[in-house]
Amino acid sequence: MSKDREFYWRRLHSLLGIIPVGLFVAQHLVVNHFATRGEEAFNKASGFMGSLPFVILLEIFIIYLPLMFHAFYGIYIAFTAKNNPQRYGTLRNYLFILQRITGIFLVVFIAWHVFETRFQAAIGAKEVNFNMMAEILSNPWMLGFYIVGVISATFHLANGIWSFLVSWGITQSPQSQRIATYVTLVIFLALSVVGVQALLAFV
Amino acid sequence: MVTATETKKVQIEIFRQDTPESTPYWEKFEVNYRPNMNVISALMEIRRNPVNADGKATTPVAWDMSCLEEVCGACSMVINGKPRQSCSALIDQLVQPIKLAPMKTFPVVRDLQVDRTRMFDSLKKVKAWVPIDGSYDLGEGPRMPERKRQWAYELSKCMTCGVCLEACPNVNSGASFMGPAPLSQVRLFNAHPTGSMNKDERLNAIMGDGGLANCGNAQNCVVACPKGIPLTTSIAALNRDTTVQMFKNFFGSDHMVD
Repeated sequence: MSKDREFYWRRLHSLLGIIPVGLFVAQHLVVNHFATRGEEAFNKASGFMGSLPFVILLEIFIIYLPLMFHAFYGIYIAFTAKNNPQRYGTLRNYLFILQRITGIFLVVFIAWHVFETRFQAAIGAKEVNFNMMAEILSNPWMLGFYIVGVISATFHLANGIWSFLVSWGITQSPQSQRIATYVTLVIFLALSVVGVQALLAFV
Repeated sequence: MVTATETKKVQIEIFRQDTPESTPYWEKFEVNYRPNMNVISALMEIRRNPVNADGKATTPVAWDMSCLEEVCGACSMVINGKPRQSCSALIDQLVQPIKLAPMKTFPVVRDLQVDRTRMFDSLKKVKAWVPIDGSYDLGEGPRMPERKRQWAYELSKCMTCGVCLEACPNVNSGASFMGPAPLSQVRLFNAHPTGSMNKDERLNAIMGDGGLANCGNAQNCVVACPKGIPLTTSIAALNRDTTVQMFKNFFGSDHMVD
């Protein structure tokens, strides 16, 4: 990856984080929320998602490829920063650091999550359904791991929307950037509630 | 009991380095207090009598300075953990011991002296000037509206001091990011009626290696800037300009500036 094309790689990274990865995360958390309506409702919803036509192509082009580019280029971005919160303890500086910490954590979490669910189904070892998740989350450590994972994802997405708006030149004035902070905070809280409620429904 | 012969002392600790490659070390100094001292006058005291706090003779401390009124940017250093100008850092307002260190984002020449060449190279790279040279008199340029001139004046206060680069987590030895200062200069010169005749060249320059996209929006620069330049607004505005330029470059026809 040439440094001269860095501008385009960065813009692609910013775009893919929202479309399609961010949209997929929101959709995934909403579909998971069927778990709060009981086992049957969840199995019906996840069965519908899993039986979409061309599902493997949809997964590759809407999830795996964009997510992998976003993850691997994101690791490079995270490790080029030299954080200095002790020098500038501002909200933005902390959010900058948290964006990188959650990003690195999410690479680990999502890799594990995909291995534990989708990959196991792909090799025919297990079936993705309510029982699978109930079994995984019956371990309190795994429940903790999943809660931290979901909250990391919702934070990373919400804060990513904020920086997307700046990176593409949509929010320029300090006032618009401040209001975007509040709006993305609401997005973070709302998606976190949806995600964690779904997780707790399996316990 | 303070006796008449005892004078108030200023405790200073300096992160010293003898050559660009040698290992840095802390050295403590004590200088006699005078009212209204700034860090530079304290450093001058040490230079006059280069003896450290243990009473041992040492080499005079090296640092850069020029205007002494916070407009040249030469005397920037890290004072009690924050990068700023040593001329406007008053001893009375600083917690002691006062810790002085060079801005390590830049190559250290000696002690508190750093080499800010990368900033001047960046200004050349982004063409931070208005090109008016020609083989004949080009005449007057278009007039700049007065209100726009007043706004642009704020951006022109940048003294290339390097404080914003020192504050930025993405400017470091492991990255080629040019930092906020030269980027904001692109906005300044693109806003100039004559300068804007080459705005596409400047935008394309900051879309290259080490350019605009390296900004991670930690927004320390705007907090650190001693001149109060709206650096993050400049960066966001350039983000929009480069978004448009990117689409023009790819989808646009054969037009250049407009």
